[in-house]
Amino acid sequence: MTELDELYQTLILDHNKSPRNFREPAEFSGHAEGRNPLCGDVFDVWVDVRDSVVTDISFLGQGCAISKASASMMTTTIRGKPVAEVRALFDRFHQVVTGKVSVSGDDKKEARKALGCLSAFAGVSAFPIRVKCATLAWHAMMKAVEEGSGGKTNAV
Amino acid sequence: MADLAATVKAFGEAPVVKRSQWDPEAIRSHFPMLARSVRGHPLAYLDNAATALKPDAVVDAMVEYYRELTANVARGVHTTSQEATQRYESVRASAAGFMGASVPEEVVFTAGTTASINLVAQSYGRSVLRAGDEILVTEMEHHSNLVPWQLIAEQTGARVRAIPCTGRGELDLEWFERHRSDRTKIVAVCHVSNVLGTVVPIARVAELAHEMGAICVVDGAQGAPHLAVDVRALGCDFYAYSVHKLFGPTGLGVLYGRSKLLERMPPWQGGGGMIAHVEIGKSTYAPPPARFEAGTPPIGEVFGLGAVFEYLATWDRESVRRYEEELVARAVERLEGVNGVTVHGDVRPKVGVVSFSVDGVHPHDVGTALDAHGVAVRAGHHCAQPLMAKLGVTATVRASFAPYNTVAEVDALVAGVAAAQKVFGR
Repeated sequence: MTELDELYQTLILDHNKSPRNFREPAEFSGHAEGRNPLCGDVFDVWVDVRDSVVTDISFLGQGCAISKASASMMTTTIRGKPVAEVRALFDRFHQVVTGKVSVSGDDKKEARKALGCLSAFAGVSAFPIRVKCATLAWHAMMKAVEEGSGGKTNAV
Repeated sequence: MADLAATVKAFGEAPVVKRSQWDPEAIRSHFPMLARSVRGHPLAYLDNAATALKPDAVVDAMVEYYRELTANVARGVHTTSQEATQRYESVRASAAGFMGASVPEEVVFTAGTTASINLVAQSYGRSVLRAGDEILVTEMEHHSNLVPWQLIAEQTGARVRAIPCTGRGELDLEWFERHRSDRTKIVAVCHVSNVLGTVVPIARVAELAHEMGAICVVDGAQGAPHLAVDVRALGCDFYAYSVHKLFGPTGLGVLYGRSKLLERMPPWQGGGGMIAHVEIGKSTYAPPPARFEAGTPPIGEVFGLGAVFEYLATWDRESVRRYEEELVARAVERLEGVNGVTVHGDVRPKVGVVSFSVDGVHPHDVGTALDAHGVAVRAGHHCAQPLMAKLGVTATVRASFAPYNTVAEVDALVAGVAAAQKVFGR
């Protein structure tokens, strides 16, 4: 596989074309905007946090294939997870896309399993300038979760 | 006959189609960066509008300063300081000659185009702008010829308005004629758009500005690398360009200012070198250009600029201009031939840059796909977000050209775009 194929895996291209949870929710407890000043890409991320569990998450916005697919796969991974686990997952994801942790090779099966479909983003580490794209919605999500953990619910 | 002469004059050249005799291979070895490979491909450097590559001669001149002639300028009585000062000032004279300034004192060395425009805004702007006055820019300005004006407008109560561009990407001069008034104090325009490659008719803009008593400031960042600049023919009051886009070092800008304006302007930044006499309570200032060059200037970079002028003198710049036009025309034609690709700005001539969008593929993804093929382009909003909004996009892909670029590199760009489409079409 070339570096380019490694970056744009079928799974990523699919989420780019048909993003999941691409909607504005009726109810949410936290919301944040992620903006990349380099390219003007912008995402809104909404979360509903109940009893320290992310019960709903969705997003809207526009961006490149990496940022959109990353946002989409983030929503499918995070829904239903406790906040503490979400924080750990964010750290893990960040380490993988920055190349600090490798998930390729037979000895990395456990690491791949822990990351699930998100290991598709390992190819980003070969293109450091794209790390911001891959993490744009994640940073917004973390802000939204911190806000949403406050306990109150907003209606749109 | 008079009509024909007028027509020829209006188009700037005789209507004879002559292919450029320029051979890029003759100069490629002067630019060591071109020997690099990227991700297993020879580097096709098509990001010249961001910064141009530097020939050995320029790097050597800077190394010479740091190795053999290190001294501060305009300060020492010792021999090397005098030698450095002499060379520094001789480059100022060359810079004046390069753009047709009347005297070297009309050339101010700054940190770049951005610093130059901030200087004009904070010094000239602050001394003339009153509440209700207008600063006119254009819709296609780089942020560096917009935000400095917003800052001074905020400080003085003036307001910033933009002369629109037409659907094709030309400046709407009729709008400008209708909307200029005696409140218009500053008209700040680019010489060449860094996104569309549009050439702004500076002479006409300056004339229309002067009729209102306004001054004309030109952001020449994309002009000086491609067009012959003659500030007297252009009739502008200020002209700024960045040396790093003219095959020279970063951190250095050239600002032309009309003598009678520079002389009236207060300093922008205070410090060493810009004073006549200093007491604890007050100071008097040096005449221009020293008044605007507080602190130790980028001396090694100025030496590099001297080498740029010597190097450019070995080029037939008219031949180069024609060659670059051919490269741009080929890029436009071949990109437009690809299904799903839209080239922005239908202007003739289109100078130096080709911006385009690929249906269904984000510019960043196109940029990464091209990078994987060794083709370096810019993907983003090009610091021209108001123009992006006008074009209805958040970003574009931009290929930009220099005389060392080849037809093969244009073809590599087009092949890379097709490859990107294939990745996203699967």
